[in-house]
Amino acid sequence: MAFEIGNPGLATTVQDQGRTGHYNVGIPQSGSMDQYSAELGNALVGNTAREAVLECTYLGPVLTTDSDAVIAVTGAPVKVKVNGEPRPQWSRLLLKAGDQLAFGVIQGGTRYYIAVQGGIDVPEVLGSRSTYSLGGIGGFKGRKLEAGDVVPVGAPLNDGKLPPAETVPEEFRPVYAKEQEVRIVLGLYDHRLTEEGLGNLLNGEWKVTPVADRMGLRYSGPGVSWKEREQPFGAGSDPSNIVDAGYAVGSIQIPGGTQPIILHRDAVSGGGYAMVGTVISADMDVVARAAPGTETRFVAVSLADALEARRDFAERRNKAWAALGANR
Amino acid sequence: MTTEAAVLPGARYTWGGDEFLFVEVSEAMSLPANFKVMSIAGRLSEARLPGIVDICPANASLLVRFDPDILPPEQLETAVREIERDLMSHQERPLETRIIEVPVWYEDPFTAEVAQRFREGFHQEPEGSDIDYAAKVNHLKDAAEFIQRHHEQPWLVSMVGFVAGLPFLFQLVDRDKQLEVPKYLSPRTDTPKLTVGHGGCFGCIYSVRGAGGYQMFGVAAAPIFDPDQALADFKDFMVFFRPGDIVKFKPVTEAEYNAIQAEISAGTFRYRQAPVTFELSSALADPEGYNRELMEALNGI
Repeated sequence: MAFEIGNPGLATTVQDQGRTGHYNVGIPQSGSMDQYSAELGNALVGNTAREAVLECTYLGPVLTTDSDAVIAVTGAPVKVKVNGEPRPQWSRLLLKAGDQLAFGVIQGGTRYYIAVQGGIDVPEVLGSRSTYSLGGIGGFKGRKLEAGDVVPVGAPLNDGKLPPAETVPEEFRPVYAKEQEVRIVLGLYDHRLTEEGLGNLLNGEWKVTPVADRMGLRYSGPGVSWKEREQPFGAGSDPSNIVDAGYAVGSIQIPGGTQPIILHRDAVSGGGYAMVGTVISADMDVVARAAPGTETRFVAVSLADALEARRDFAERRNKAWAALGANR
Repeated sequence: MTTEAAVLPGARYTWGGDEFLFVEVSEAMSLPANFKVMSIAGRLSEARLPGIVDICPANASLLVRFDPDILPPEQLETAVREIERDLMSHQERPLETRIIEVPVWYEDPFTAEVAQRFREGFHQEPEGSDIDYAAKVNHLKDAAEFIQRHHEQPWLVSMVGFVAGLPFLFQLVDRDKQLEVPKYLSPRTDTPKLTVGHGGCFGCIYSVRGAGGYQMFGVAAAPIFDPDQALADFKDFMVFFRPGDIVKFKPVTEAEYNAIQAEISAGTFRYRQAPVTFELSSALADPEGYNRELMEALNGI
C-alpha cells in the first residue's frame, strides 16, 4: 500500500530513529527531531519505536491512502482532518482506501508526525530510512516530499496486532510552551568565555529566531564576550574561532559572540566555531519543539544530573508505552 | 630525531553533554597533533568497546559519541586516557595509507560565477578574484604562483566532515610555507559542488553544493561523494576520502576536464592512486624530500 501526496506541505520528510556510525565522514544522525512524539505515534499503530514516520513541519501535507490504513498523528498541536472531518490527535485513526488526510494551521510547536501501521517503507540507507536532504540520501529519494510522490507503506507488524489503548493519555503528551528551560552541560570551550559572557549565557533571556531548522536553531539575546587571546595556528582570527573540530549534536556555538546556535539532528559534523556547552540528551526533543519566539533559559547541570535526567526520560517514555499496552 | 609528537602536552578531556567525549590534543594545528588524533582514533576503534557509537577524528581533536546506558562516561575516559598514555611511551606506528591524484580545473567558470554573486559585504577584496586575493595575502607574485604552490606539494586529509564526505586538507610543508587565507567575511549561501576551497591553513573540497565560507580556487573534476555508488572507486562506500589519505592536486585544462566528465558519464573514471606508508618523523625532518618519495608512488600507475 501507499500514500499519494497531493500537496507536500512545507517540509515533509521520512524519518526514523536516525543513522549513527557515519558521523566521522560528515553524515549526520538525522531522524525525527521530536523522537518522543514520533515513537508514541508508532506505539499507537502497533509498530515498534524503529519504524519510519512522516515528519511535517508547520504546514502538513494533503495525502490520500490507496488502501485501508491505521494511522496516528502526534507532536505539535494541529487540526487533523479526514475527508474534511475533524479527527483527534494522539489517537489511533482508521482510514479507508481513498480517504484524504489533511491538516489545519499549527497551534504551537514546530513539527507533527504521521505514523502508519507497518511504517513508511522506503529503502534503508546506511541502516536508516531517515532523510538527509543535503547529502541526498535516505528517505524518499533523498529529499522532502513533492506533489505526486507515491510513498510506500510496509506490511503490518505482529500480524496486525494493535495495542489495547487508542489514545495517549494527556499526562504523557508533551507541552508546547512559549517559554522553555533547556538543560545544558557546560564544557568543550566554555573556558574561552569571559565571566560576563558565561553569565549572559546562563542568566540571559534568549529567544528562538526564525533561523531554525533540522540543522540547528539560532537564538537572539544579550550576546556573550570571549576572552582575548593570540589565536592558535590554524584557528582563524575571531576569538570565537577554533581549529576546525567535531561538533557534538546538541552543542551550542556562538559565532562572533552574538547569536547562540544549538546544533540538532541534521547538524554539520564539524567546523571552526567554539562550542560552550551541550544540551542534555533528555532535552533534545524539547529544543526540537521550540518555535520562533520561544523564550529560552539555559540551565547548567552536571554530567551526573544529565545522566539522571536521561534515566528519568527513558522511564517516562517506557511508562507511556506501558499506558498504551504497547511493546517498544 | 625526537618527533614533535613527543613534546605535545597531554590532551584536554571535556564532555559534550551525556553522549559525547571531546579530546583536544592541541589548540593549534600541526602535523604531529593530527597524527596523534588519528593514532588515538585508530586504537580506540580497534578496542571495540561496546557502547561506542561514533569515533570522529578531527584536525587536532577527537570527538567520541557513546551510549552512556552501555558505556559509563568515566569508563570511556579511562580507556582513552590509557590509549593516550600508551602512545606517548611507544614508538610512533607508521600510517598505512594511500596517495591519490585529484584533477583540478583552477580558475574555472563555475566558481567564478558564484564568486561574482558574493562580493560586496562578503569578500575582503570585492573587485578582485579569490585567487588573486589569496596570492596577495601570501606575498606571492600572482595567481599562477599561488596555483603552483597549491598543487606542487601534497596534502594530508586531516579530517572528513562538515557535510557528507568533505575532506579538510593540510599541506605537508613547513609551517612557514603553509598557505593561509582568511575565510569570506560572511559565509556564502551557495558554493558549487566540488569547489576546491581554502580557509585559514586548511584546504577543502566541497562534496555537495551548499553554504560555505572558504575562498574558491577551482573545481575538482571527479566526484568525491557518490550516494548511487556508480563509479568503481565508490563500490565499497559512498564517501571517497578517509582521514590520513594523501592528496596530490593535478591542474587540468578545460579540455582535460571535459574528457574526465565523459569518463564519469561512461562509468569508467578511476582515481589514480597508490598505497604508501607515511612516517611522521620523515615528514617532519625533510618535508619536500619525503614528499618526492611519496609522489613517486604515483609514477607508472
